[in-house]
Amino acid sequence: MKLPLEGAIDCDVHPAMPGVPALLPYLDDYWRDQFANRHIDRLPFTLSSYLPSSPLTVRPDWRPASGSPAGDLDTIRRHVLDPFAVRYAICNPLHGAVALFNDDMAAALCGAVNDWTARELLDREPRLRASILVPAQSPELAVREIERKAPDRRFVQVLLLAMGEAPLGRRTNWPIYAAAEKHELAIGIHAGSTYRVAPTYAGWTSYRVEDYVAQSAAFETQLLSLVAEGVFQKFPRLRVVLIESGFTWLPTWLWRTAKTWRGVRAEVPWIDRSPAEIVREHVRFTLQPIDAPPADPHALARTLEHVGSDRLLLFSTDYPHWQFDGDDVLPAGLPGDTMRQLLIDNALETYPRLRDAPTAAGRKRKKSKEAP
Amino acid sequence: MNIAVRQATAAQRLKVVDCDIHPVFRTPAELHPFMSARWREHMATFGTHFRHGLAGQLPYPRMMAAGMRVDSFPEDGPPGSDLDLMRRQHLDPNGVEVGMLIALSRGGMEERNLDFGAALSSAINDWQLECWVKKEPRLRAAIVVPQENAEFAVAEIERRAGDPAFAQVMISPRSSDPLGHRRYWPIYAAAERCGKPVALHVSGYSGGHPSTGSGWPTYYMQEHYAMSTGMQNTLASLVFEGVLERFPKIKFVMIEGGFAWAPALTWRMDKHWARMRAETPHLRRPPSEYVREHFWFTTQPIEEPEQPEHLLDIIEWIGWDRLMFSTDYPHWDFDDPKQAIKARLTEAQKAKIFRDNAKAVYGLQ
Repeated sequence: MKLPLEGAIDCDVHPAMPGVPALLPYLDDYWRDQFANRHIDRLPFTLSSYLPSSPLTVRPDWRPASGSPAGDLDTIRRHVLDPFAVRYAICNPLHGAVALFNDDMAAALCGAVNDWTARELLDREPRLRASILVPAQSPELAVREIERKAPDRRFVQVLLLAMGEAPLGRRTNWPIYAAAEKHELAIGIHAGSTYRVAPTYAGWTSYRVEDYVAQSAAFETQLLSLVAEGVFQKFPRLRVVLIESGFTWLPTWLWRTAKTWRGVRAEVPWIDRSPAEIVREHVRFTLQPIDAPPADPHALARTLEHVGSDRLLLFSTDYPHWQFDGDDVLPAGLPGDTMRQLLIDNALETYPRLRDAPTAAGRKRKKSKEAP
Repeated sequence: MNIAVRQATAAQRLKVVDCDIHPVFRTPAELHPFMSARWREHMATFGTHFRHGLAGQLPYPRMMAAGMRVDSFPEDGPPGSDLDLMRRQHLDPNGVEVGMLIALSRGGMEERNLDFGAALSSAINDWQLECWVKKEPRLRAAIVVPQENAEFAVAEIERRAGDPAFAQVMISPRSSDPLGHRRYWPIYAAAERCGKPVALHVSGYSGGHPSTGSGWPTYYMQEHYAMSTGMQNTLASLVFEGVLERFPKIKFVMIEGGFAWAPALTWRMDKHWARMRAETPHLRRPPSEYVREHFWFTTQPIEEPEQPEHLLDIIEWIGWDRLMFSTDYPHWDFDDPKQAIKARLTEAQKAKIFRDNAKAVYGLQ
């Protein structure tokens, strides 16, 4: 038992994505022919942001001698589900389909990944839940995919990337948020870029580590985009989860945005209360990575005091990405008296579908009082 | 005298080094004496040529009075163009002992025509000298150079290096490539040689890249925030590219980009550098150590925590010797030295932030 409580909800795990051959049964005749005829059926469709050989992508002791990291259910059970005694783990599919320029090909691949996820992961391991991969290149096709998968309530979230073609708050994306709100799906924004534009305002960086560091700045601007455009006024029941975003930057965001808003609020008259309040109500953050100095737990503790709420963090391991060593997923500096919120309650509040009564396929809950 | 009154009096007596004052010319013709006929004609005919879609105006219109303090307009000309008003309204009442001029307009940093950009830089530097520093000894100029033209930049820095009227070298952090890239290194070499800090003030659209890693935002409110994330990107580039290894005496002053983000950013850099360090073997130390030695931050627009004392944690983590007061006069989000910092500071802490840190980094007497 590596956590203080049983039944934690791990809000960010990454099972290996299937290659195209494994997806062919979930594609229609046209796309099966296309992948074969164009000789792209053996290509990896891997996101640049998560190169499999990079140290960030796979923790060294989770890297298998052969085969894909997190490549089978037994491995995922052995590394995460069993040792951390989780009740649920939410699978966030990081797949290159979302970086394609061909909207229809992207939609076909996203649909295949989602069907594969249901069949190969969710059907076979009742502790797993998943996010719906959508072709965000085309909000219309993304909504179609959400509608298609929404009846399967093991899908609890819609997944978007932190860096894309345009800020996520833009009105062209609103049909995605409308569909998510309607179906009680959270919107999960995960680190990663489609590299439609340079990752920084001064252009293209040289190093992968720089790109990864720049993700937190991208999350800052996406969060502001959602708030400034009025997404949470338009969709008052929407929950947004920033996944693998880091969160130690959040106090500065809250302070600066609240101040600037007081000065420029006439520009965004639909914002009727402080952005800090809006974020505390609608937005959540997964735990890993914890970007704070490990040798100074005081810094993390102070930063969480600056954040000013125990309801914002959702437990995550980010498995198999390398964010912590050994079992040290909960470093010193986290408040001991609100562990239950961090590990269980905040996620149940964020993801309505996790509160569903257990189905025949689902594991029976040990204690009924664990429900909120 | 009670303690509150005594403290208020001390605050009023506190002398200030203001690290961000924006001088502006009344009309572009003010630059004419410092430009050749060839470039005067070019400016009149072809104008400045930037990387955005609106000529002669900002694509994110400001929210009030063109982004200026409404009380800062002189009888004629734009805010920041009248030295007497600046003295009366800011330098005298706010106890400004030294003011750093940050000449943003027509300095050539955003100009696409490199030769024209060079002419503009030279002109703006002469103009700062003749129209401001020679008339008002409290002011200091910055050697404005276009970062995309390193050859000219080096020559201009060398030409001005011996003149104490110029306190620093200024380039735009919103460059064509991130500022750590090697094409900019000759500028750092020249700045290091002459012992002047490199000033990085947030700025418009120099490099033409969207202001976020996910494209162009919609509102000025967002564009204003992107200055903060952009500065984070710039700092990370300077660190990861090894600029601080290559130029061990260089000093960078980050102006108007905020500062409360710096601790969390350096923690993030340290954490992920440790896992990825084989990619950047030219870094011999954790990123935070380079930042602690080579970077200074100005205060405006100061972040305002819900609990004012929380700011003290941030300053503690950055270092009490690394933060320098600035007002951004005459822009709308001006920070008043008497009100900007709402947390309670000791007299020693105040002296550092409002005056002594700047005197140390700029070598002021």
